[in-house]
Amino acid sequence: MTDDAKGASVPPPRARQGLAAILRNQMRNIAPFLTLIVLTAFFAIVSPSFATWGNFGNILTQVSVTGIIAAGLTFVILCAEIDLSVASIANATGIAVAYFTLQDSYVNIANVPVPGWLAIIFALIACSLLGAVNAAGLVMIGIPSFIMTLAMMQIAAGISALLVRGQIAYKVPSLITFLGSGSVAGIPCIVLVAAFILLLSHVVLTYTRFGRYVYLVGSNREAAENAGLNVKLILGAVMVISAMCAGIAGMLGVAHFGSAQQNEFDTYLLDSIAAVVVGGTSLFGGRGGIGNTVVGLFVLGVLNNGLDHVNIDSFLKILIRGLILLIALIINVYAQRLREAAAD
Amino acid sequence: MPDPNTPLLELIGVSKSFGGVQALRDVDFTLRAGEIHGLVGENGAGKSTMMKIIAGVHADYAGRFLLDGRAVHFRSARDAHTAGIAMVHQELSVAPDLSVAENVFLGTQLTNRLGIVQWRRMAEEARAQLARLGVDVDPRQQMGALPIGVQQLIEISRVLFSGARIIILDEPTSALSPPEIARLFTALRGLRASGASIVFISHFIDDILNVSDTVTVFRNGQKIMTAPAATSTKNGLIQSMIGRGHAELEDTYTSDIRLAPPIDRPVMLEAANLRLGRSLRDVSLAVRAGEVLGIYGFMGCGQAELARVLFGKTKPERGTIRVDGRRLRGGGTASARRAGMAFVPDSRRSMLFHQEPVYKNTSISILGRLSRLFLKPAQERALAARQIEALRIRPPRVDALLGGLSGGNQQKVGLAKWLTYPPKVLVLCEPTRGMDVGAKDEVVKIVRGLKEKGLAIIIVSSEPETVLSMADRIVVLRKGELVREFCDENVSKDRLLEAA
Repeated sequence: MTDDAKGASVPPPRARQGLAAILRNQMRNIAPFLTLIVLTAFFAIVSPSFATWGNFGNILTQVSVTGIIAAGLTFVILCAEIDLSVASIANATGIAVAYFTLQDSYVNIANVPVPGWLAIIFALIACSLLGAVNAAGLVMIGIPSFIMTLAMMQIAAGISALLVRGQIAYKVPSLITFLGSGSVAGIPCIVLVAAFILLLSHVVLTYTRFGRYVYLVGSNREAAENAGLNVKLILGAVMVISAMCAGIAGMLGVAHFGSAQQNEFDTYLLDSIAAVVVGGTSLFGGRGGIGNTVVGLFVLGVLNNGLDHVNIDSFLKILIRGLILLIALIINVYAQRLREAAAD
Repeated sequence: MPDPNTPLLELIGVSKSFGGVQALRDVDFTLRAGEIHGLVGENGAGKSTMMKIIAGVHADYAGRFLLDGRAVHFRSARDAHTAGIAMVHQELSVAPDLSVAENVFLGTQLTNRLGIVQWRRMAEEARAQLARLGVDVDPRQQMGALPIGVQQLIEISRVLFSGARIIILDEPTSALSPPEIARLFTALRGLRASGASIVFISHFIDDILNVSDTVTVFRNGQKIMTAPAATSTKNGLIQSMIGRGHAELEDTYTSDIRLAPPIDRPVMLEAANLRLGRSLRDVSLAVRAGEVLGIYGFMGCGQAELARVLFGKTKPERGTIRVDGRRLRGGGTASARRAGMAFVPDSRRSMLFHQEPVYKNTSISILGRLSRLFLKPAQERALAARQIEALRIRPPRVDALLGGLSGGNQQKVGLAKWLTYPPKVLVLCEPTRGMDVGAKDEVVKIVRGLKEKGLAIIIVSSEPETVLSMADRIVVLRKGELVREFCDENVSKDRLLEAA
């Protein structure tokens, strides 16, 4: 899991640190995990159709697109920044890749068909550019990421709108179709891609120099600058990483859903932020990681999926999701406070 | 006025530990009404911990706490505040984005009966209040734009005139110039005359003896002694603080110090015609390998800005900086570091990661040399262990969370990160601020050792002793201008103060 979790399982020679102190330090990691266990147990008991292998597969597939977006978002939130444009960038990139693919004649979109591999590269360049604009606004002009990405959310939505003009595109390059809706040995490719991206992000964050810098910039930006780190470069990089993950999620999502259209990804903004934060990554930066994000993804996945298995007013589901998110936020802030008290 | 012999506040058998480290051991402490009580002790001796218990910051302790003879146990700083206890902490805690007046009235904004803030009245009263400490600033000015020393005085004034009857000052004078200290002491005596009790923590023993009625000495979490200031001597206090004879530490630099003659080594850092608003006016200087240059000036003379500009944190409006002949062209602190510069800022908060272990704090500047892509934690730990040993950092554990270390040890960790691969140029800002004599002595030794290794070192400080104890050559900065250079001649504290 995260760096912290490792520290607890392989305890360095810490002088008489009581179990209580360890629990306090690990509150951030333990609480989401307990939430997940409680939710799973609850749905398993109330619904016979919930705890089946088939449904487990459903949950995995359902969280995959969110998972790819959340992997990139984890970098941003670890730096104590935010990216509100991920869902819009996902949408724009998904539409872009369809725009560069030859559509069937009945689809009334003026598009520019190119070979499939080129379409994918164009789409990746497009999402990186949008991320680079976010990065430039944040580090060169100094616009707070909250505002900058709010603007980008609108810009990316505008690009989507211009490209499809209210129409729906269906065709994407065959590689994307395979990764988004195909399967290997019975496992959906999109699950494998999500797992790969989450694993890669985890390795980068935990075992590479860049990952360490992300954590240090998040926990004390001024100290990082005073140590001679290129803070602007790191912040810029996380914004681009976030946009690229969003772009990949967008392309695969389009293949997975079978169509590319306006506002297709709107719910993914809240879901991906929620996954990161519910998992216990600190909104104040420097704490948490991909391990937390994975737990957060499953909390949301189990919750969304489980509520479909119990007979419940579908309008009430939205409220329940909101309440669970609130509880997670409370725990997040509380864990931060406990930890600061312990480090004092 | 109450009987001066009645204990206003009494701690009986108070103990406090942080995760296995005993910070206070069975301490008794008495504060009388209308006294100024000086507190001395080395870093980590427990002074600040005890004061934080009194001020309600630490609620989790063992022992009894009597206020006016009644047992109390504060759960928060707010509880203590309600009981009339206020504290100025060692580290500056102001709202840099608010105005001076808003900072003076932080939490106690003046309002009329409708709850509307009375800006004009606040500004006028803030101005009057600050004038009592001799601070002449526009109350509408933004706090963060002022020099640290002035900010500190403003914070002190907020607490001094808050109406609290017990006022705790933790190292209030470290950022202040002598005239500011004199005005602060006058204000403290005035408050004492009106019945307030003041606890005054300082490493400046002269200050303690000058202003206190009673002095208490701490060592290793225990109270060693309490005595009237009138019958205490500086030497006696130092002896009981460090528990051994240390006659040489008595040196106050009132006598002349002979600066070194010019040396013929290559210039490692050359700054030419640096200009930055009103803070720096055409500052030029050069430092050679194996030389320690002291930059002295009162708080706010531009020395903090000069240090920032040298390390690339602030881009000067004009002027050039060369490190070992190579010109720095923007690129911020990262390119300054790559060119061979190291920087130790004046506040621990801005150079350390309190929630991370020691080894991550020391390895941050050298990760690029350790690895291109993947981290090598084993090597990081080994190098950290070497620094811990070299600088005698306590506790000697690479995995200890930095936040659990005492201030002096944190300071050493902040320096340690630069020493694995010695830089060409080291800029130290206020390297001994808030340190006790023993720790200062260690810093002096470390700096001398680095000088022997051929580093070019710049010491930026507003404490004459700091500059005098380490520098081979001293330049004096006044209002953004270099006004005097001392080189190959005799210099003393008096002469430095005179020049500044």
